[in-house]
Order: sequence, then structure tokens, then C-alpha cells
Amino acid sequence: MSTPTIPRESLPAVAPAPVGKRPLRVNRLRAGSRHIAPALFLLPTVLVFGLFSWWPIIRSLVLSFQQTNLVEPATWVGLRNYQTLLDDPLLGKAVWNTVVFTGLALLIGFPLPLFLAVLMSELRRGGGLMRVLVYLPVAVPPVVAVLMWKWFYDPDTGLFNEVLGKVGLGPYPWLQSADTAMTSLVVEATWAGAGGAVLIYLAALASVPTELYEAAELDGASVRRRLWHVTLPHMRSILLIMMLLQVINTFQVFTEPFVLTDGGPEDSTVTVLLLIYRYAFVGGDYGSAAALSVSLAAVLAVLSAIYLRLTRTWGTK
Amino acid sequence: MSEAERRRPLTRIGLGTTQLLLIAALVIEGAGPIYWVFKGSISSTQESLRHPLALWPEEAHWSNISTAWTSLDLGRYLMNTVVLVGGSWFVQLFVAVTGAYALSVLRPFYGKYVYAAVLATLFLPGTVSMVSLYLTIQDLPLTGGSIANTPMAVWLPAGAHAFNVLLIKQFFDGIPKELLEAARLDGAGPWRILTRIVLPMSRPILAVVSLLAVMNAWKDFLWPMIAITDTDKQPLAVALPRLADTSDQSLLIAGMLIAIIPPVVVFLVFQRQIVRGIAFTGLK
Repeated sequence: MSTPTIPRESLPAVAPAPVGKRPLRVNRLRAGSRHIAPALFLLPTVLVFGLFSWWPIIRSLVLSFQQTNLVEPATWVGLRNYQTLLDDPLLGKAVWNTVVFTGLALLIGFPLPLFLAVLMSELRRGGGLMRVLVYLPVAVPPVVAVLMWKWFYDPDTGLFNEVLGKVGLGPYPWLQSADTAMTSLVVEATWAGAGGAVLIYLAALASVPTELYEAAELDGASVRRRLWHVTLPHMRSILLIMMLLQVINTFQVFTEPFVLTDGGPEDSTVTVLLLIYRYAFVGGDYGSAAALSVSLAAVLAVLSAIYLRLTRTWGTK
Repeated sequence: MSEAERRRPLTRIGLGTTQLLLIAALVIEGAGPIYWVFKGSISSTQESLRHPLALWPEEAHWSNISTAWTSLDLGRYLMNTVVLVGGSWFVQLFVAVTGAYALSVLRPFYGKYVYAAVLATLFLPGTVSMVSLYLTIQDLPLTGGSIANTPMAVWLPAGAHAFNVLLIKQFFDGIPKELLEAARLDGAGPWRILTRIVLPMSRPILAVVSLLAVMNAWKDFLWPMIAITDTDKQPLAVALPRLADTSDQSLLIAGMLIAIIPPVVVFLVFQRQIVRGIAFTGLK
């Protein structure tokens, strides 16, 4: 990469022997620092990633076959942690709830930002104001957003039942019933997260070449057809990436069920991550918690792999 | 929609109506809840319960906010948050800049392996190693001590953020090599080249990474809750749900308002950069 470091003052190399020694030493020094400097600059990255990312990842795998109480050295227990998980009646429920949350979040939370973005880009005026408004919920810290919605969802005095009561609807139990709790969580999560996706879609929409629209219009395509045949195909890759990211994120949902419902009512909102948290930090069973973490990681990795393969074949079509 | 279509009177009326409706909906959806928290924080609890739909309290209790500040000890939690956010920002930026500089400009032969290992963590969600990360901060390898319950437990793991390294490295890759070469020939060392040439040229990307780092650190909940169990040292986000169970509703809402204001103000001030940054990072 770097050029051979011949100090320029040594170029008129007519000087006698005593001076000739100096360039040599400088050369060796420079050669040394050429190896030391990159290592020094990489040190923070290697240390921080090593201690707080790479090592914990490996350790999770190891820990999933161990039992530890943080005081005595860990003991190997083979597959017993995984057996504990399978014997736990809550596991099936947690997996199902997580899948339901992810599915509902896709159903509600995926098309909505796209719709908003298309609408906003077509309207043209007031774009700056709309962008700020749309992103405002994302700026609210998630915990505050969740506490806020808990207050709105209150069945007796909450805003939602009051408003709906004015038009003769409800009162709805929202978080208090096993039938509606999960949907209520998804609605809150969609409110809290949609803004970021809208901004990304708006940027993607702006990158669609206008000539394509003009050509389609000359061919007599209606607005809807242009949207379907020009805009969406052009945004295919970003849509697929966003979908994958959303699935990965919603699979790890924690704050909503933890703060809003603590998994209830009747365990209807216990999610996989909440179960991991309970194993580790309520039950002190770090081994089983690690086993569940590793299983979750494996599922997410497989999902991503299948997904990336699919998108590659679609992308080249 | 094309210009010709936009000029049709019916379309224009339709567009105008849609525009108004959309803005109204976005005001209610985006600003409404935040206003509602503000209103709730200056209303007495009884009034919030009696007239939940009133747009302004009969009697504004501005003192709620100062009462909440002292009785819930919000100043302390806010300070804790600021310390955690500031340190996380610094560590993230320091690690990403030094790492990206080594990988993009200095390029040691083992750089590609380190970069691959950094990028690999992008595909493994952080929550997956949460439990073992907790055990790691309890008994740190190398130094052997526990950093649990100290700001270090939040600062240092924040630095292991692969996306920052990726973004900054890609930006550094775009700096003309001739420029760095010229500086090297003039005898500038790696540190000088970084501080005098690379960093001043990288202000846009450093701003984006900084803003995202600060906003994300302010939002963090699960990890600070696990890493810092000492209630006196917890940030606002961790303290609020705990306070929610014990405090008077209007005081809690005042606490929520205090937690909302800083990130929302940061967003409103830097919204151009943030909006551009999100669009930019999302499209990468």
C-alpha cells in the first residue's frame, strides 16, 4: 500500500559514509512503525469487539451446554438446557406469540409506511413538515412511548376508550384481555417504528428515474398501474431488505410485552426474548437462557439465509 | 403523477383535500401524543381522570414538573442518562474512527479478516449474546474485575457497533488516495494524517454516526436495565417503569415529559441531518 520510504533529503546520495547511516536507521524505524501504527489503530476495535461481541457470541454457545451460578465454576450438562426448554410449557406459547407478533407487525406495520411514503411523495408540498411529524414518534424513547400507550389504553380512564365511547364504541379491554393484548402491542410498536421506514422509502422513491414514469404515461398507464409496474419493481430490493430487518427486529420484541403487560394476561404476550430474560434474570438459569438465545439466533440466521437466497433469485429476474 | 394530470381541476381539489387530511392525521398521530403528555404533566391526577378529553386543564399545575423533579429524583436519573449517552457516543465514535482508519487507510494484511469478523456481527442480533455479555461484565477477561453497575458496562459494549465501522470505513474509502499519499510524502505520520486530513473531510459522516449514536443510546432500555441494577445509577428510561408502579400519575407523566424533551429537541434541531442520515444508512 504505502510507497517505499526513501527520505527525500537522502536522494542526492553523494554524501560520504557517516551520513549514509542515517537514512538506513530512519528506514528501519519507518518500517517498524508501518506495522505498529495499523495494529495500534485497530486495537480499540479488536478489544471492544473481542470482549463485548465475539467472545460473548462464542460464550453463548458454550454456556448453552453448561450450568453456572456465577460463583462456582461452570459444569458441563450436555443437552440438558435444551431439554429444559422443550419441557417448559411456556416455550411453545412464547414461540407462537412471537410468530403472531411478527406476523401482525408485518400485516399492519409493513404496508403502512410504504403507503404513507407514496402518498407523501405524490403530494409534494409540505414534505418537510410531514417528514418531521412522521418521524416524531421515533424520537420518543421506547420506554416512554410504551408508558404513554399504557396510559392511553387504560380501560376505564384511557384516551382510546373515551374517544371511542363518544361515538358509541367500546369500552374495549385492550391490554387486559388475552384476545386483544397482542394486537394492542403491535399497534403501539407500529406507531413507534413506522417513521424510520417512511423516511427510507421516501429516499428510495426519490431515486426512481422520472423518465420511467414519463414513458409509462405516454404508453397510457394509469397512476395505479404506474405505481404497480414502475415504482414497486424499482423498490423491490429495499422493500425486501426492510422486510427482513423488520422480521429480525420483531422476533426480538421485548420492551412492549415487558412494560405493557409483563407477558400477561394468561401468558398471551410472553415472547421468546421475555422468556430468555425470565430464565436468566428472574430464575438465574443462565444455561437455559443461553440455550434459548442460541436457538433464536439459529432460527434468525436460517430465516435470513433463505430470505437472501430468495431475494437473489428474484433480484436477477 | 404527471404535470398534465396535476393541472386537472378535479385532481387538484382531490390532491389538496388529501394533503390537508394527511397533515391533520400526521399532526394527531405524531405531535398529538407528545402534546397529550405535556397536558397530562400540568394537570392534576384527579382532573386527568375526570376530564380525559379536555385539551387544556381547568387549572394548569406547572408545579407538577418541579415536584416530580424533586420527589422522583429525576435530576439524578437525567444526569445518569447524560453520562451514559455521552460515554457511549464517545466510545462508539472512537472505536469506529480508529478501526475504520486502520482498515481503510493503513490496511495491514490482516485487516480483511478483522473487517470480516466485525461485519459478521451485523448478522447476529445483539440480544442473542445478552446473557453471556452479562456474565462477561460480571467478570471481565484480561482485567478480571466486574464492571457491572458502572457506566463502563454500558459504554464499552456500545462500542461494538459494526454498522458504525462499516459506514465510516466506506466514507474513508472515498477519500482520494493521492491526498493521503502527498501528506505521507511530506512526512506526516498516521496520527497526523487522521487528525489533519481524514477527520476534517469526514464531518458529514461523523455527524450522522454521532446523531444516530446519541439517539440510540438515549432510547436504550434492556441492556442498561440488566447492566446497572443499582437504582441510584440507572438512566431515566430504566427508572421510569419502576417509578410507574409507585408514583402519582401526574408526577409520572411529568417524568415522561422530561425524558421526551431532550431527544425530541435534538431531533427538531438536527432533523435535516437525521432525516438524511436515516435515508442514507437505510439505502446502503
